[in-house]
Amino acid sequence: MLQDKDRVFTNLYGFEDWHLAGARARGDWDNTKALLDKGREWIIEEMKASGLRGRGGAGFSAGLKWSFMPKTVGERPHYLLINADEGEPGTCKDRDIMRFDPHKLIEGCLVAGYAINAHVAYIYIRGEFVQEAIHLQTAIDEAYEAGLLGDNACGTGWKMDVYVHRGAGAYVCGEETALIQSLEGKKGQPRLKPPFPAGAGLYGCPSTVNNVETIANAPTILRRGASWYTSLGRENNHGTKIFCISGHVNQPCNVEEEMGIPLRELIEKHAGGVRGGWDNLLAVIPGGASVPLLPAALCADARMDYDGLRELRSGLGSGAVIVMDRSTDLVAAIARLSRFFAHESCGQCTPCREGTPWISKMMARMVTGDAEPGEIDVLEDVTRRMEGRTICALADAAAWPVQGLIRHFRPELERRIAARKDAPSSSAAAQ
Amino acid sequence: MIETNTAAAGTAPFAFTPENQAEARSILARYPKGREHSAALPLLDLAQRQQGYVDRSAMEAVAGLTGLAPIRILEVATFYTMFRHAPVGEHHFEVCTNISCWLRGSDEVLRALRDELGLDPGGKSDDGKFSVQECECLGACVNAPAVRVGDHYFEDLTYDNTVALIRKLRAGEKVVLGSQTGRVGSANAAGATALAGRAS
Repeated sequence: MLQDKDRVFTNLYGFEDWHLAGARARGDWDNTKALLDKGREWIIEEMKASGLRGRGGAGFSAGLKWSFMPKTVGERPHYLLINADEGEPGTCKDRDIMRFDPHKLIEGCLVAGYAINAHVAYIYIRGEFVQEAIHLQTAIDEAYEAGLLGDNACGTGWKMDVYVHRGAGAYVCGEETALIQSLEGKKGQPRLKPPFPAGAGLYGCPSTVNNVETIANAPTILRRGASWYTSLGRENNHGTKIFCISGHVNQPCNVEEEMGIPLRELIEKHAGGVRGGWDNLLAVIPGGASVPLLPAALCADARMDYDGLRELRSGLGSGAVIVMDRSTDLVAAIARLSRFFAHESCGQCTPCREGTPWISKMMARMVTGDAEPGEIDVLEDVTRRMEGRTICALADAAAWPVQGLIRHFRPELERRIAARKDAPSSSAAAQ
Repeated sequence: MIETNTAAAGTAPFAFTPENQAEARSILARYPKGREHSAALPLLDLAQRQQGYVDRSAMEAVAGLTGLAPIRILEVATFYTMFRHAPVGEHHFEVCTNISCWLRGSDEVLRALRDELGLDPGGKSDDGKFSVQECECLGACVNAPAVRVGDHYFEDLTYDNTVALIRKLRAGEKVVLGSQTGRVGSANAAGATALAGRAS
């Protein structure tokens, strides 16, 4: 179990003051100038060496992403964009960073902004997080007041401005190119990559988009060193992660843990165990709504990191662990996710626009068993035809939970169809 | 439906109040010169805060400030779910029914709203005090089920505490924001399993 001395997010629960004084007492903004004085190359190399991978879901190396930015600033300014559009069902970690530890994120903006030659950072926060946006803005104001941001941020001579930009309710804006479109005042519709944001992002300028948790990790990693971070977790899966444990556990909670912690240990140590005991577990969605579920049999030994969950044909995603006990109507649960993706499809790409509502309707029929046995294969086939055929991964995200359900719980789908056929229907009763 | 002809209906066209004009200027200043279109979302939000919803007239005001064609603002205002095109109740309940909330009883929250207010999702009370809507994941999943009312979240809901919340709002009494069971943040309610030394 991760010890408190190795936690990055030391005010995750809001037990202490979230303002500047409290943040400073926890070590934030402690001689940030010394970090910047070591230079961009050092910062980027240290971030690469730490192995920190994107905590928003995609899992791309943060240091490597920063290194893709042009080394010198040309005619177009560079931008740092923070993805705070937290909306992956099951995920509520960035919210706690922003309301209880906002200075960690803001200091991260300075460090990352400096590393990628950006004088401006926009934090794109989902519109519903009004209180969190207020905390962020208050913390930013405190940082300006203390000279930590502004024309001479932390006395480094580097000018750094940080702005909060509120979204207005669209899950797809968590996709980085949609986020950029939205920040430009347009509909949040993803665009094709390449060009990647490092080449042409906000206003066509070089931009880096990082998740809140990723950026908020940076100052602590740089202070304590890459070797400290790599001492946690295993090769390719280093460091700590905030897990959001929701659903049928005795005590739902957020917790920062070491990467690779076994799923059962995570649930039992921190969330009070599965409701009704471990044997009452039916399935877990280990990384937010977009990843395939794991049936109970695979859960005990599942390692909660990128590679561990990929080996089980699921994913770490955003670290949202959704626990379902045996009382759950699992088909209805997945059908609810299908409805979500249908609602959130931006409508640009035909496979997603047409496919997500079709899947949602089909899943609604699977809930009641109002289908033919052969339609399970049709459903599976349609999800395969959506995958990888759209601009962004929303179609894949809609496909995978359904594929996971069919892979692990096909007999349950067949049972419902058979049960409905056997039941005396209204037409049979009329004869 | 979007109200297209407020002036003909006897109301004046939308105009930002002097305070909100100042606020609009400070919003526009967050973006580089020539990039005023970036302010479309925050300005629509400002208009909605002033008027309760955004109609065609408000969209035109935002178009004027951002330099975007009104049709672009219409596109944006109808793409994002937080923009409303008709008035809602004074206490507008947005009930999350996505997976984490559903697993922990969002159906009970909806039942409480139905029993106490006679409202199903999409409904609005005759006195204009309450309205109810289903919504997608609010991002408060370990404090589920959750609802959003205006700018605030109410979390760790049950049938009973939802009823109590509605009654207090109806009576105009002060309500506890956030968790309705006294939880601090998202820590394990039976005792934090991390950072326990920092809990006061």
